[in-house]
Amino acid sequence: MKNNNQFSANHIKYVKRIKKENRIVSISRFALLFFLLGIWELLAYTGIIDSFITSSPSKIFTTIIDLFINDNLLYHVGITLYETILGFLIAVAFGFIIALVMWWSSKIRRILEPYVVVLNSLPKIALGPIIIVWCGSGSKAIIFMAVLISIIVAVITMLNGFLETDENKILLLQSMGASKIQILFKLVIPGSLPTLISMLKISVGMAWIGSIMGEYLVSRAGLGYLIVYGGQVFKLDLVMASTIVLCLLATLMYASITFLEKKIIRFK
Amino acid sequence: MKKILQLKDVSLTYQTIEDEIYAIENLSFYCNEGDFLSIIGPSGCGKTTVLSLIAGLLKPTSGTVEIDQKSPDPKTGNIGYMLQKDQLFPWRTIRKNVCLPIEIKKCKNQLDYKYADELLAKYGLEKFKDKYPRQLSGGMRQRAALIRTLVSNPKILLLDEPFSALDSQTRLTVCDDVYKIIKTEQKTTVLVTHDISEAISMSDIIIVLSERPAKIKSVHTPNIYGDTPIRKRESKDFGVWFEKIWKELHT
Repeated sequence: MKNNNQFSANHIKYVKRIKKENRIVSISRFALLFFLLGIWELLAYTGIIDSFITSSPSKIFTTIIDLFINDNLLYHVGITLYETILGFLIAVAFGFIIALVMWWSSKIRRILEPYVVVLNSLPKIALGPIIIVWCGSGSKAIIFMAVLISIIVAVITMLNGFLETDENKILLLQSMGASKIQILFKLVIPGSLPTLISMLKISVGMAWIGSIMGEYLVSRAGLGYLIVYGGQVFKLDLVMASTIVLCLLATLMYASITFLEKKIIRFK
Repeated sequence: MKKILQLKDVSLTYQTIEDEIYAIENLSFYCNEGDFLSIIGPSGCGKTTVLSLIAGLLKPTSGTVEIDQKSPDPKTGNIGYMLQKDQLFPWRTIRKNVCLPIEIKKCKNQLDYKYADELLAKYGLEKFKDKYPRQLSGGMRQRAALIRTLVSNPKILLLDEPFSALDSQTRLTVCDDVYKIIKTEQKTTVLVTHDISEAISMSDIIIVLSERPAKIKSVHTPNIYGDTPIRKRESKDFGVWFEKIWKELHT
């Protein structure tokens, strides 16, 4: 780091301007949030909107506290997290392996291609009844749904990453006498790390869709269950509160992958 | 002089669903130890294919390719291949990039790593060895790519238009730089290029190829005064040779 007095006045001005802009952006983000929450609360408080239907920030807040103390919020969070993370990990691991096999053998790739296309275009939720019959109406069915929804996209993303490996770099390794295994481990996999990260990001979103969808269909616990239950008994406070918690969890998981990305990819 | 590389009546035919492509026809030439040989020809004439044959990545349909009286095999580490662009792996540091051929080899040897470090030091890359490729200039990266090919101590260097991705200024200096390193290490080199002045300024022997199927049109041995490519470019003979080969290529 250089000392401040080594820079020209122009540079100091420039840095100040950028820093000021960054500050404005982050303050405005919070301001917007509080503004929206405030309007919401105000409209509900004065009775302009019916808080029975729209709920209100203060009610959501007390509902979350109440859920936490009386209704075992952590239990529901735990169930949903367990289903989502397990579904995510299974989908990512198998997606990676399937993509690897399809990279390795162009014959297998060509054989599997139409199946991947069909499974990708099929709305997986349509398989809900089949999954329930096969796996019962518990966590197993929900995890299965999460895997099913995320795995196809994981395979496609990863395979494209593998196939984009620079032909010239492969040629270079071949000229050194590298075997296919060496090409895979020295070039294809490390070169696809950025793709792996974006595959993880896509899959984590997909796994959430799968687990919540699954809970809508079958469960007796979890955040998706709370949301559906709240909707059925017309407790919008519960619906909103569970949605907010879900929103926080999903963001947290996405952020941890972004954190992982910064740890792994140092060369960029 | 020892003949280190020899091609005898080499032909290569590609198969595609629609057609059979005759890439190379009855190509014969040889190269003595320490020679700098250039292959020049119209684009798409199969120059790169010739390098792939020498590297042992392709087998000729008929005829023989011999390096030191043996048919080429990439596993021996007899050849060092340098491609268009540096092809350094962005996730590896310079040292790890340079040591790539050692990692590929079946039996790793501590001496190989020592040799790599010696080369890095000798050619001024020691202080960059823990940097990533993107932190280096184009010229430095090209030098690192050259050192990577030297690490396995190959008998022949194959250069496939190694300067074509550089801008014209850097091109001249990098060309000079690479030439000096090759001469210091006394490596036999086969360069493929479509740049006539590059071929004249670097080579002892120039082979001009015809359009596909590639056949030898003519062979030249420009003996131009000057100890580096840039000096050779300044010589009076340079223009004469340029004109001669230019005419060869365009008739």
